[in-house]
Formats: sequence, C-alpha cells, structure tokens
Amino acid sequence: MSQNADGTYPTPPRASERRVLGHSVPRLEDLPLVTGQGRYAGDINFPHQLHMRIVRSPHAHAKLVSVDTSAARALPGVVAVWTSEDIPDLPPIDFRADRASEMLKPYRQPALARGRVRYIGDPVAAVFAEDAYTAEDAAELVTMQVEELPVLVSASDVPGEFEPGRSTEAGIFHHSYGDIEAAFKNAYTVIELDLTTGRHSGVPMETRGALGRYDAARDLLELHGAAKIPHRNKETLCRMLKRSPSALHVHESHVGGGFGIRGEIYPEDVLVLVAALRLGRPVKWIEDRREHLMCANQGRQQRHLARIAVDSEGRILGIEDKIFHDQGGYVRTHGANVPNRTMCMLTGAYRVPAYRAVAHFRLTNKTPAATYRAPGRFESTFVRSRLMDAVANKLGLDPVEVRKRNLITAAEMPYTIAFDEPHVENLELDSGDFPRLLDKALAAFRWDELQQDLKRRRVAGEAVGAGVAIFVEESGRGPSDGAKIAVDTAGAVELITGGASLGQGFETAMAQICAEALGVDYRQVRVIHGQTDLIDHGIGAHATRATGLTGGAVHVTALMVRAKALEFASELLQTPAAELDIVAGTVMRRDGKTGPSITLAEIAKRIAPGSKLLRGRTPQLAAHGWFNTSHTVFPYGVHLAVVRVDRETGHVAVERFLIGYDVGRAVNPMMIEGQLVGGCVQGLGGALYEEFVYDEKGEPLSSTLADYLMLTARETPQFEVLLTEDAPSPLHPLGLKGAGEGGINGAGGVIASAIDDALGIPGAITQLPVTPQRLRKLLREKSI
Amino acid sequence: MNEKIDIKLTINGRDHSIRVEPRCTLVDAIRDECGQTGTHIGCEHGVCGTCTVVIDGEAVRSCLMFAVQAQGKQIRTVEGMASGNSLHPLQQAFIDHHGLQCGFCTPGFLMLASNALERDPHLDGEELIDLLSSNLCRCTGYQNIIKAVRAAAIEMRRAEAAE
Repeated sequence: MSQNADGTYPTPPRASERRVLGHSVPRLEDLPLVTGQGRYAGDINFPHQLHMRIVRSPHAHAKLVSVDTSAARALPGVVAVWTSEDIPDLPPIDFRADRASEMLKPYRQPALARGRVRYIGDPVAAVFAEDAYTAEDAAELVTMQVEELPVLVSASDVPGEFEPGRSTEAGIFHHSYGDIEAAFKNAYTVIELDLTTGRHSGVPMETRGALGRYDAARDLLELHGAAKIPHRNKETLCRMLKRSPSALHVHESHVGGGFGIRGEIYPEDVLVLVAALRLGRPVKWIEDRREHLMCANQGRQQRHLARIAVDSEGRILGIEDKIFHDQGGYVRTHGANVPNRTMCMLTGAYRVPAYRAVAHFRLTNKTPAATYRAPGRFESTFVRSRLMDAVANKLGLDPVEVRKRNLITAAEMPYTIAFDEPHVENLELDSGDFPRLLDKALAAFRWDELQQDLKRRRVAGEAVGAGVAIFVEESGRGPSDGAKIAVDTAGAVELITGGASLGQGFETAMAQICAEALGVDYRQVRVIHGQTDLIDHGIGAHATRATGLTGGAVHVTALMVRAKALEFASELLQTPAAELDIVAGTVMRRDGKTGPSITLAEIAKRIAPGSKLLRGRTPQLAAHGWFNTSHTVFPYGVHLAVVRVDRETGHVAVERFLIGYDVGRAVNPMMIEGQLVGGCVQGLGGALYEEFVYDEKGEPLSSTLADYLMLTARETPQFEVLLTEDAPSPLHPLGLKGAGEGGINGAGGVIASAIDDALGIPGAITQLPVTPQRLRKLLREKSI
Repeated sequence: MNEKIDIKLTINGRDHSIRVEPRCTLVDAIRDECGQTGTHIGCEHGVCGTCTVVIDGEAVRSCLMFAVQAQGKQIRTVEGMASGNSLHPLQQAFIDHHGLQCGFCTPGFLMLASNALERDPHLDGEELIDLLSSNLCRCTGYQNIIKAVRAAAIEMRRAEAAE
C-alpha cells in the first residue's frame, strides 16, 4: 500500500474484504503445547551440563565483610563456587536504553554483590555442581559475614545513602508544559489527592531460566532460554562480555509468559555465560518460585501527590503531580523508564492545558523494579481516574459527564503535546475518537439501566457500585524492524523475524499478515523468532510493539516476495502482472477467467540458482524487507466495572467488567480478546489482591504463591469485550495498533471508582490493592 | 541419606526404571529421569497446579510427592492424552476456544479437568469453577479455559452416548 503525499497511509480494508488478516483463525502455536511437546527453558538440556544455584542475601542492607565458600567447595559434586572476587572484570548489568544513563550508572546491579547487599535475594555467590540437588545443598553451606546497615523500605521517606557520597535518590525527572501557575491561580476549585499504587509484578507461570553454552570450535557463546528482547540483550551481553556481535548468540524457545518482567538481562543470565566460558561446560539455571518472587523485576509502587485545577464546569485547567517511585535495590536495564512513562502518559485521553509532573526516582532495600505490562500507565490511569472522580464529586456532576467534557475529540487529532523539557519527546496521539468509544461502551454495558438497578440494590442494603476508566495506550514504537521471507520449492513459506513470542500468539499473527500479502494459506507459514543467528536485527516483543512494527516488516517483505512471484509468473504465463493474483499459493488470473496458472512452489523451482530464466536477476523466491517508522501509535480504551462489597469481610466481588478497546485494525480478534481479558485479570489482581509486602526490616512477606495472591477462576468475572476499529492508524500500512496492555491499563482506576460508588464514600479508595484487610480498616475508620 | 535407589515408575502405561535419591520429587523424576517434559514445574510448593498429573485416578501435584511414593501406581501425564493423531476432546477444545496462550499451565489444567470429567461427566456450574480454581493461569484470565472444559464435557458426553 503506497503512502499519501503527507506520509500517512490510506484507510486499510476491513476483515470482510480480507482473506485471513482480521479473522479469528486458530493459533499455529497450540498443537505442541496441548500435547506436552513444548520446549521451555527447563526442558532444554545439553550433554555434561552443570547446574547453577545462587546464594542470596538474607539481609536487606548490609556491608558484605566476607563470604565463606570453603564448605560448599568441599562438597562432592561441586565444581566451583564464585563470589564477586572471582569475576572482578565483569561490569554491572548495563542499561539497554536511557537518556539519563550516565547519572544512573552507579546504581546498576553487579552480577554478584560487591561490598554491599541491597535487598533480600541479592545474589552473593554462585554454586556450580553436577546436579541441581547438589548445587542447592552446597548453596546452603555458604556463609557470609556482614555489618547491618539502615534499611529503607519507603520511597517517600527521607532518602538515605546508597554509597558514601551518593544518595538513594538516583534522579529527579520532569515533564511539563503550559502555564501551570496560571491554571491553579484561575481555578474555580483545586483538588489534592495522596494516592498509592502497590508493588506487584507479572509472575509468569514459568519461572526464569537460562542456559549458557560455549562452542570452542566456532568460538561462539550461546544463551538459551532468552525471551522478550533477544536481539537487544545480545547487544548488551556482547558489550558486557567484550565479544563481537557475531560471537555471541541468543536463542528463544517456548516462553511461559513474560508480561514485561521476563526476558530482561538479570544477574543469572550473565553468570551462566561467564561460567560456560570459564568452566568449559554448559551451565543450566532454573529459578525456583521463591527466588522469582524475591528477585525478578517488580513494579508499580508509586506514591502520587496529585493536584487538579478545574473551572466551574469541571473542565480541566491543569494537573500537577509529585511522584515518589520505589525502585528497589538497584536500577536495572530500563533505567528510569517507568517514572518517565508515568509522567508522559498521565494526562491520557483528556485535554489538559497545563501540566507539571516531577518524579523522585528513589532506591529502597527491596527487590529492584522495572517494567510490568502497561508500565506507568496502570499507575497514571489510576491517578487520573481518581482525580476525575474527585472533580465530579466536588462539583456535584456525573462522573461520566465530567469525563466527556474533557475528552480530546476526533476533530482535534492528531493531538500533540510538546513538553518543555528539551530531551523529552513529544506525545503525538496519531488518531482516535475517544467520545465515540465511551458512548459505545456505555451503551453496550447498558449504563443508564445499570444505574437504576444499582440504586434499587443499594436501597435494598447491598453495597454495589459501578466505575469507569478511560485511557490511551501506546504501541508500535519504531524505529525499525526487518523480516526475511522465503518460499521453498514445496511451496512452504519460511518467515524469519527478530520478534519474540511470550505466548501471545506472535507466530499466528505474523503468519496471517504474511499470508494475506503473499496469497498463501497461513498454515503454510513457518514463523521463526528469537534466534539472533538467523537474522541480525530484531525488536523482540515488548511495549505492545511486535504486531505493529514486526508486522509492518512482514507486510512489506511479503509484498516484495509477491512482486517477485508475479514478475516471473507474468513471463511464464505470458500475462501482464497487473492481471494476476495469488490465491492459496497459486498465481492465477485476477478476473477469475480460467487460463494458465502456476504455483509458488513451481516458480521457486524455476528461479533456483543457475536458472536461465533469471537473466541476471537474483535467484530464489525470497526477500529481506524493512519497516521504518518514527511514530508511536496510540490505541485507546474504556473500562467499565460493577462491584459488590461485603461489608463484613471486606471482600470485593467483581460482578461485571467491560473492556472497550479500539485497536485500529485487528489481526486476529480472538487473540486480541485473549490479550485484553488476560491482561485485565492481572490488573484486577493488582487492584484487589496482589502485593509484595515487606516488613520494616525489608523482609519480603510475599515469597510464596500462597502469600502473593493472584486471581483464580473463582474470582474472575464474566467479561464483555467491545473491540472496535474506528481509528486505524494513519501511520501504519495496515492501520494496526497493539493490544497487549489495553486489558490491564484501566483496571486499577475503574475498580477504585466502582468501590467508592458501592460504599457511597467518594474518594474512599486512595491505595491499591484494595485488599479485604485494607477495606475493612477503611470501613471501621469511616464507621460504616 | 542421599544414596540413590532403583525404582520403577509407570507413566502412561510404560515402565521407566530409574535411579534417584529418595528425596527426588516425582515431578523431577518424571521430567529429568523419564524425559516426559510435558509436565511443568510452576511453584514447587503445591499452589499453582502446573505440575498436576493423575495417579491411580486422583489428580495430584507431582511437586509435593517423592518419586519413590509413586512406585507401583499408574501415572498419567499430558503425553498420554491423545491417541495417535487424534486429540483428546479437551485438547481440541483448548485449541478451539483459545484456552491457552503461553501454554505453560495447560498440561496441568488438562490433567485436572480430564480426571474430573472422567469421574463426573456432568460436572458444571459452581463445582466446575471450584475445580478449575485449584490451578493458576497467568495469561488467559480463565474465561476461555472454562469455556473449553464445558465444550469438551459436552463432546465427551455426546461421544459416550453414541457408543
């Protein structure tokens, strides 16, 4: 599809005009997975492999005086035990991208703790043994001498000392625009809220795992068990280990869920590689669940001191926010990405003339934090929703009406926010009709009828209420991704991407995009991902980026292969290419008239290397194409929920939940609904149950799945999903926007709204998750 | 104490003679000693249900049992569900209803549900929700798993009636 003069793309066709793109076809991934033939990290084994076990700090903050590994080394079956002294040249784990990285560099995590331990779970030593049981036995024999240091568990407390001369406040970041002083001076009213989001995380069902292997014959170091961003991780690992980009490869196999937290580089990934090199044997590490809950990235924990200025009609004049971001013990691969995304996305779908946000990026003695599905957006949607509800309450307006008055309209698109800070990129909303989606969602939920019903039930004594949250998501950020497509001589299509699969259906989505453009059955497309030795660039699967960016590359490349097929078919069939189409792998006349036809398999055979037909042209039915974009595209959503509160127990039952989401153009509606509902259930966990609790000494109290409570089938409501395609992105050839994070984004905001409504106490909820304990305490304080 | 002992496990009707420490968990033995990696490890403390297998007609968390305790018993795992190329109705229903995403919890759910439906082909409603709430899934939000199990139950009853 060619671009318009202004660089935008024409409106793409709907699914009804497509063969496979946009249809809910079954997933290509499923057959091996339902028959026990998956190959996850734990299922991979190499001959003569060693097993690694990490010895972790039982202290939240302490000076590490000495580590005694002698007893562990003496245990039969133990090959080596390392502390930081054994890997003095290994640099700390590097950032993969952050503007402020120079400033944040001193806060990076070493592979094994040096001088200090900074959270319970901080790796102190690594044991390498013949089997996993022996490694675990040996790890228990390692002892450490420490001098305890003051423990900091709250980011809103006065910062402490990270190291001599360096504060635990690693940075203060700003996002602002407009005249915020005037906005508050001219306000009809100002509302201030003190809001907190809890610490939770993705908690995939498969824990992390990594296998390092060194092939001396080719001088090639391999990391298996990778996920999310294999190519980017390879670049970082090459930098850290001083290897050339072609001397280290990263391999992804099946991945048991990611949600943003899995697939970043952690200490263990680096250690298995160094050990494989130095010990001369493959090294396998599989995380246990307790380790996962103490060591894998956590997220979300922020305190917001937020103010909003409005006029007498409830129109927003300005928003000001002071954020305390709890980063935990170190700054990991994302740098300060999460507080920055929080500030960037906080204004959401609303017209906010003036804005000033400041984020205090502070380290604490808890597990390090980073991105978890909808990073910064779950948090900021909660804050924005609480502010809008407070405005409605103070002005005596309907909460939906207040939102409608402030929504950016379709006529205002594209809508650009230019921040004052020179290094902060503009927020350029490409397209959207927010009021339309809100109206559609309210109608589908029978909102007005519902209000009457809730009123009747409240009169009858029930604590029931409804809430609304509206948000903008982000997806498809560039700058570039590539794809390689080859049709083999049997007509099968191999599609090699630099994307990654965390279980979201990447293979199916890419096969659909490829099949549509090329004119083949999507089941004929073998999709390769996460193999850095097969394609040297790849964007991975993160930030709702794969479908848009990698999908764009697949589309472009499939069109190149199609053009090549038609060029040769035209010669072979003596028919102009414009009169030909490709249907189910066969080139035939477009007008449907019978006539000569030729399969793609036959064309591939006819243009094999050495073929006379080529006359100087490149052999093989194959292409390597690129999709470049400098734009992020913005899907958007509406969450509506009904809850029932049990005043006795503090239990919140979610009775109904609607997710309205505009995805621009859907590749596979079934998989998108799966993403939205699955994400939403995670979000409900963060709204109601899930919380990494630490005591005042930094001891993690949620280190089993019996303490870190995730929703089960019992707590999960029936979902209604309203998937719309009103605003295909003009900046993507297929109009695609992503859907990975639209289910979780508004879950905290909407549940807080609905609980307020159920209790009849506006502004009651200021903290997530709303656990039964917290809700009972609140009810006691309000004496209800 | 860590002396290895010889034991025999019977998995999907096939005997596996293996040599393990007495403390070796059943799930480790099934995966590492018998090579049946379709059974996954999710928490190793009996909460998530990912490692569910069926032993003598009972759904069991194989992380909470030692391999030696399973001697002489009939162990069924996900690898034994399909007959040849013909999928078990539950496997087909999970595909048809998009009951899986990453697939890691899927074998556990399949074993849990297949065993329950064999015991009570009419299992439905609150009882079914109670059953399925014993395992965790982090991708799907459960709705499609519930749909898949209901659909498979109908199919299994239909097939039963047709015989």
